[in-house]
Amino acid sequence: MLASERDQLKTEIWEMARKYDHHRSGLMPVLQHVQRKYRYISPEAMQESAGAFHIHPVEVYGVVSFYSFLSTKPKGKFIIRLCRTISCEMTGKAVIARQLENDLGITFGETTKDGMFTLEYTNCLGMCDSGPALLVNDEIYTEVTPESVADIIESYVRKFGASVTEEKKHE
Amino acid sequence: MNDKKTARNEGIILREIDVDAILIKVLKEDREDILREVTDSKLKGRGGAGFSTGRKWSLAAEARSDQKYIICNADEGEPGTFKDRVLLTDYTDALLAGMTIAGYAVGAESGIIYLRGEYVYMIDHIHDRIKNRYENKLLGDNIAGKKGFVFNITVRLGSGAYVCGEETALIESLEGQRGEPRNRPPFPVTCGFMGKPTVVNNVETFITALHILDKGAEWFKKFGTDKSTGTKLFSISGDCAKPGVYEFPLGITVKEVLTHIGARDAKAVQVGGASGRCVAHDEFESTLAFEDISTGGSIIVFGPHRDMLAVARNFMEFFAEESCGQCTPCRYGVEALLEGIEMLEQRKCSMKYLNELLGLCETMQVTSKCGLGQSAPNAFMSILKNFKHEILSRDSAR
Amino acid sequence: MTTKNSDTTNDIATKNSGSNHDNDRSPIAQRKFRMPEIMDAKDHGTSVKIVIDDNEMEVPFGTTILDAARLMNIKIPTLCHHEDLCVAGVCRICVIEIEGQRNLQASCSYPITQPMKIHTYSARVRKARRHILDLMLKHHYGECYSCIRNNNCELQSLAKEHGVDFYRFGHITAPKHQVDRSSYSVVRDMNKCILCRRCVRTCIDLQEVGVLEAVNRGNKTEIVTFMNMPLGDVVCINCGQCINRCPVSALHANDPRNEIWAAIDDPSKHVIIQTAPSPRAAIGECFGRPAGQSYTRQLNTALRRCGFDKVFDTNFTADLTIMEEATELLVRLEKALVDGDKKVVLPQFTSCSPGWVKFLEHFYPDMIDHLSSCKSPQQMFGALLKTWYAEKAGIDPKDIVTVALMPCSAKKFECNRPEMHDSGFKDVDYGLTAREMAGMIHEAALDLPNLPPSDFDNPVGEASGAGLIFGASGGVMEAALRTAVEIVTGVKTENIFENLEIMPVRGFEGIRYYEIPITQTAKVPAILSKALKAKSFDFLKGATLKVAVVHGTANARRVMEDIKAGGKFSHCHFIEFMACPGGCLGGGGQPIPTSPEIRKARARAIYSEDRSLGLRKSHENPSVIKIYKEFLKGGPCGYESHHLLHTHYLKRGSKIV
Repeated sequence: MLASERDQLKTEIWEMARKYDHHRSGLMPVLQHVQRKYRYISPEAMQESAGAFHIHPVEVYGVVSFYSFLSTKPKGKFIIRLCRTISCEMTGKAVIARQLENDLGITFGETTKDGMFTLEYTNCLGMCDSGPALLVNDEIYTEVTPESVADIIESYVRKFGASVTEEKKHE
Repeated sequence: MNDKKTARNEGIILREIDVDAILIKVLKEDREDILREVTDSKLKGRGGAGFSTGRKWSLAAEARSDQKYIICNADEGEPGTFKDRVLLTDYTDALLAGMTIAGYAVGAESGIIYLRGEYVYMIDHIHDRIKNRYENKLLGDNIAGKKGFVFNITVRLGSGAYVCGEETALIESLEGQRGEPRNRPPFPVTCGFMGKPTVVNNVETFITALHILDKGAEWFKKFGTDKSTGTKLFSISGDCAKPGVYEFPLGITVKEVLTHIGARDAKAVQVGGASGRCVAHDEFESTLAFEDISTGGSIIVFGPHRDMLAVARNFMEFFAEESCGQCTPCRYGVEALLEGIEMLEQRKCSMKYLNELLGLCETMQVTSKCGLGQSAPNAFMSILKNFKHEILSRDSAR
Repeated sequence: MTTKNSDTTNDIATKNSGSNHDNDRSPIAQRKFRMPEIMDAKDHGTSVKIVIDDNEMEVPFGTTILDAARLMNIKIPTLCHHEDLCVAGVCRICVIEIEGQRNLQASCSYPITQPMKIHTYSARVRKARRHILDLMLKHHYGECYSCIRNNNCELQSLAKEHGVDFYRFGHITAPKHQVDRSSYSVVRDMNKCILCRRCVRTCIDLQEVGVLEAVNRGNKTEIVTFMNMPLGDVVCINCGQCINRCPVSALHANDPRNEIWAAIDDPSKHVIIQTAPSPRAAIGECFGRPAGQSYTRQLNTALRRCGFDKVFDTNFTADLTIMEEATELLVRLEKALVDGDKKVVLPQFTSCSPGWVKFLEHFYPDMIDHLSSCKSPQQMFGALLKTWYAEKAGIDPKDIVTVALMPCSAKKFECNRPEMHDSGFKDVDYGLTAREMAGMIHEAALDLPNLPPSDFDNPVGEASGAGLIFGASGGVMEAALRTAVEIVTGVKTENIFENLEIMPVRGFEGIRYYEIPITQTAKVPAILSKALKAKSFDFLKGATLKVAVVHGTANARRVMEDIKAGGKFSHCHFIEFMACPGGCLGGGGQPIPTSPEIRKARARAIYSEDRSLGLRKSHENPSVIKIYKEFLKGGPCGYESHHLLHTHYLKRGSKIV
């Protein structure tokens, strides 16, 4: 991380913490902000947050590791979270999962090499009446079909002008 | 933000009302009258645990403290539950007014909506509605012209943890901790957020309370059963013709529901989500009510072709991941059950061990620290009880 | 001469190691059972009638079921519960049945607020406990006979008590985690961990060091350091309090027994052991004796039979420490008061607790100048053994192996600090805990309590009671005052403090503050004439000496914050800090278990041993006077002392990576 970036991160964390009077109840919003902006919560960010809330870095690590939407490793620009809970599973989650893996060229838990997409499973998205459902960052997609998977991915690629992710190699 | 795809019926909750007029009317009443009305209605918490709302509010109202909190549990994470999604998007003002009234009745000035991280796409809409209410003096200082009554609402986001739907875990999360449930007692009504008296209610509970205070406890009690008054929202998904959110009076039988939603051939129904239980065909005459099959409103229908062991596996995988990992029976018990399912899949489970696992289920139910662990084995137990023959006679082709 | 009474109304909150109702900073998640919040005024002070297993009793409103049962002498098994820590309620072993309730309740965290009938071993309870134990054992890797905690393991005892005869839900057959041996002091073997979280509560709440915490969730939950880094690379202060509270062997000390046996067995090595007072006051516990009895002289015999060539008393260098540290303080005071030197740093902090030293280096790196430059008694002894003693005995120091029996796990780290080579060799080769020492004695098949007593070896056999009481919190301060007061005022300390007992600095209050007005002064004695410029202590006349005693790093943090903020403690002249609750007698190398009662008993043993001695002031120790004459010719804080007995510190900081 560049020094200027680190200073920026530090300023943001301390400014947000001040809004919560440096009380620990402000920790989650700070971590959510860092996750959103930097796509992960780095060791620096955790230590800085610990300082801003007068707690130990390891406590922040404990919190970050508890919540599935917070991460200590860098994530892609877009995190695709496919619901794997029962109702979506019954409407064909497995097929969508396969198509996502094929179209992105990665497996679940991985991030594309260009850093654009991370593919993850998630538990119930509350779209059980219109599954399969998936979440791309803050946007929800329901009744996803294998065909629409490509469209969804394509729309994000186009939106941000990124190169098309590499084709999955066939052996 | 109308959620047009979701099928629904009209009811006493799911209908348009003049929220502001009700709020203004109710705020003219005495706190005691409000508490009495809610208590008289026998309204029970709509999140699933079924604690008397009137009693909860009264306890918090009695507690002496400089600060009290009203928390709306919008961490709707129970698999198969999505009614709050509809309420949060289409009945936002009713929720905000319900919370405001709770604040007035209890003597709290702060309200917090704990919105699950998965529902982040709603947050702008909710913020808009809150802003609108501040502009109309329906939130903030001297609400609706009532001098000295202050109530503020903020929204806080979860970050993907099912267990934070448990009220004390939710409070822990708000306090910047790992979402690990607390020991109870003390209960949040006496020692909750920041150690202050706190009312934690489900989205639907606040809205239902608003309706009760509009039309009265007697009106509300006309619906439902003696012990389970009123109507309830049900989130219905799975193998049925018309999945969606439905409002039914409590006490309705499973069979009636199935007829309504077009699932006459259902083999089983999971009532109450992953933490609920699997109801088989021979129990379809049972009623959905706190005294019979208690539920937060999730109904998942399984058609005749469904592999029930796979269903059990899905639920156990869910709990293995979502257990907070704090107490022994839940953390390792779920894992043992999951391993048991694997043995059953490989057709390598002795009857003795299966019975041991069912005994473990009972231990988990009575020794786990919170509701999650206590209800985690329900699905395993009920599926193995109802479909033991199907599961034990699986052929190797699977 | 009069002394002012101890100021018992400290204006900052303190943590007493003597009670468990002091969790004022404990994470909110862990103090949920605290009753004041639930207590309605009408219930305040009332009592509730309960029946436990047919025994009727009235207990105060809000008592936990576990406490109530203990009042009735009814045993309820526990695991995550520890008297020193706040309640967690996570292991669920202590579940009991309350009549009329569907669920069993954890007795450690369930407050009694209404009359109830409780059954502590009903069929449902027994079945549940077996299941819970079986689940823990499923994940508890390894076999008991290859475990360092064999025969002193709470899980093992529970398994035995509950008739565990097979692994009902299976048993892990391969280790999941690599054993973390990166720390000189603490070994972390997470394969043994049963997630009772006592270590977390010890590290974050009791000690406020913050190294260990639970991460992840569900069955992936584990206890780790920040970013799962090696323990040797994080802010661990090696206090070992986590070891003392670990019910199994997930945390244990780095054991040097094999190396020490090898040295003993090597005829070319001259193996010397020095013994500190705290392990002597506690080691009997490892031989089935109740806490509160010192086995100093029996231990001497045992050590010789084990094969150590010489057995010396660390108290000798504790006396030296007093001479050096008191002189250093007087020098600082002279510089500040006479020379008006603004750069003089006061208060002076004690430096004999290596856990405390590392704590300061990590968390208050800008304040390391407050630390006395004196080495700890252990390190002073090591440096002297490989110089002065080697010369005297005619042994090549490279052939000398020095072992230190300590109550401490941090001492293992301390002797490995790279700067501790002032003799030209590693001053102290091995730090040995009381537990490991007991292990060696067991291995030699010696029945310690029944061995004939014997004395320490010469030439450094003599030590005063002042050095001995170093083992208890307040002991260093008391020892220093016994000497300093007498030197400065010229009045015999025993004429000021009855029986030479300076009670205000004793006890288990977390932070103790004490003032001594100096109304008369004496001439500077000859031994200090080189260190001080003044000829008399007139420069202290009319001054009030302000001192404080602090134990447990959580209390240390409070005092440090007070000093930073310019509070009362910033006006102190001298402060004793000990990393461990209770001081050395509660150290991380002491026998397991520990509790406020056990620590009090050990303190009694130490103070009664002190009372039994004729020699109780460091400056009157003839061996001390002799060594300043023969070897440390510059006197306290002189040239030789400075080279061998003093050290420097590192600004470590708390940022990791």
